[in-house]
Amino acid sequence: MGSDKSNLIAAACLAAFGVYVVYGGSRLSYVSEVGPGPGFFPFWIGIGLLLFGAYQMVLSYSSARHHAVAGVPIWSGSGRALGAWLGLAVAIALFRWIGFALGFVLLTIFLVVALDHRPVVLALGIGAGLALVFYIVFEFALGVSLPAGPWGF
Amino acid sequence: MDALSNLLLGFSVALTPINLFWCFVGVVLGTVVGVLPGLGPAATIAMLLPITLKMDHTTAIIALAGIFYGARYGGSTTSILLNMPGESSSVATCLDGYQMARNGRAGAALGISAIASFIAGTVGVLGLMLISPPLARFALRFAPPEYFALMTLGLAMVVFLAGDSMVKALLMLLVGLWIATIGTDLFTAESRFTFGQAKLLGGVDFIAATVGIFAVAEVLINLESRSGGEVLKIPSGVKNLLPTLQDLKDCRFAFLNGSVIGFFVGALPGAGATVASFLSYGLEKAVSRHPEKFGTGVIEGVAAPEGANNADAGGALVPLLTLGIPGGNTTAILLGGLILWGYRPGPLLIQEHPELFWGLVASMYVGNVLLLVLNLPLVPLFAQILRLPNYVLYPFILGISVVGVYSVNNSLFDVWMMALFGLLGYLMRKLDFPAAALILGLVLGDVLERALRQSLMMSQGSLAILVTRPISATLLFIALVLLCLPAIRRVRAWRVEAVEHES
Repeated sequence: MGSDKSNLIAAACLAAFGVYVVYGGSRLSYVSEVGPGPGFFPFWIGIGLLLFGAYQMVLSYSSARHHAVAGVPIWSGSGRALGAWLGLAVAIALFRWIGFALGFVLLTIFLVVALDHRPVVLALGIGAGLALVFYIVFEFALGVSLPAGPWGF
Repeated sequence: MDALSNLLLGFSVALTPINLFWCFVGVVLGTVVGVLPGLGPAATIAMLLPITLKMDHTTAIIALAGIFYGARYGGSTTSILLNMPGESSSVATCLDGYQMARNGRAGAALGISAIASFIAGTVGVLGLMLISPPLARFALRFAPPEYFALMTLGLAMVVFLAGDSMVKALLMLLVGLWIATIGTDLFTAESRFTFGQAKLLGGVDFIAATVGIFAVAEVLINLESRSGGEVLKIPSGVKNLLPTLQDLKDCRFAFLNGSVIGFFVGALPGAGATVASFLSYGLEKAVSRHPEKFGTGVIEGVAAPEGANNADAGGALVPLLTLGIPGGNTTAILLGGLILWGYRPGPLLIQEHPELFWGLVASMYVGNVLLLVLNLPLVPLFAQILRLPNYVLYPFILGISVVGVYSVNNSLFDVWMMALFGLLGYLMRKLDFPAAALILGLVLGDVLERALRQSLMMSQGSLAILVTRPISATLLFIALVLLCLPAIRRVRAWRVEAVEHES
């Protein structure tokens, strides 16, 4: 997908988000006993989002029309980035159950093996080494507790 | 005299062993992140902010500021040796720096870059020291309407300087302001946009948001490609890094130009070191006796932008420490840090916490000397950092981001927020939506809303209070002009186009 079309979609999402913010703001009181209420500021933020989102849509649409080709493709390589983000999300979900150390090692293995095509042993070494460094610095030196699994780390 | 005695107080703070140590750590870390393309000072400071919660606050600001200005020194190394700027502020350095390296003068380019950085960085701190106290005294006259107008002007500058992305910057600013409204209302204690989550009652955690938008998004962007550049040969030995006397003579004006432009552009919210370095490069070329040689490897073409992007650091701290208005990503995170540590950044900061302000100023003098001493002999060592494989660096950044965010509240909810902001930051980068505007909106949202609502309480609901007070009216007028200028230009261009079309 080209940048113009992507921008058009993003602008539409922001305009729609503006509608939500206006709606959310209007459910809060606009004026209170002491002056403007909690809904005052969000209401106008929502109006701004709606107006500028719509304007950005017009800009992106006219830009897309003026380009003979579909615009510059901007999503090549995004699969790797989004894969890494999903890996991070899965690791965060796992921290609660298996602790930070194991979750982080699994995340590193995923990043190094699946995305960088390196050997598993190397990935395991990097993950374990970094996890150990984090434990030494944060748990022992700074006294910060990290998410622990059933085995205590 | 007053400044001198305050500076002595500052040195008594900055020269304590612990502060000296953290200043050293800050500038070394800053140089390292400056050298590494894809990891900037904003992301690094965001990642390290949680650790500083347990530190003495003056020590913490000294260390974090060290990262901020140290990165400017490091950024030139990759520009000169790789033609790949470590920082956006070092893009202008590539133009002549890389050509000098290709011509076999990498040593002189790296050397002049360190010297220009030192001179301009020191001038920048001098400016910070001399301008901040009177500016803060002037700002003491400000009441809520003036504060609201000042913040509006700062935000308008950030939007204005986004150039072609101005509407996008405005949108991001509004998103940032909306995020700042999440949580309990400042005046009525009513909850807003919390989606039924009790953990959002206190608002979105600033650290989770900044680490996500900068550090996680940075990793995701860099993970898209696996390419790397070829490092040119670095001459070993300090002697080979020292520019000749003729080089220094040729750079006289570049040192002055970089120092002055860098400081004043740095003090403008939104302008930043990149604008400063290009302006300084442009001016140097304009007044040069041989402008045609620029881009082929002239030494002034390295000294001017490198000076400017270092003087900018001192300039950028002026509005932050005197008015509580950050001008960019990194200063916005520093402002967030000051707020987290319990300070109220603004005109009273220097008066109420002289040890913090003057300790920071003195540490910057010390830090600049440390950077000069470190950068000349250790450039070959810093350049080795470029050989650190990405498959070690990226897990490390993600790991420290997770640990840092988790450690603030021992909350996995915050880590989830970080991941969500990371995805948002990634999408913003892909679509060219400026992150600085969102972060400034987020960090100033509370204060802006408070100032506006207090102003309206003062006037019993009349918006006229904002335009009937001279300072506030002037500031708002400038903000309005800044926001309307591009629209006026666009209408003019359409009219010219229409007239040409008709004829």
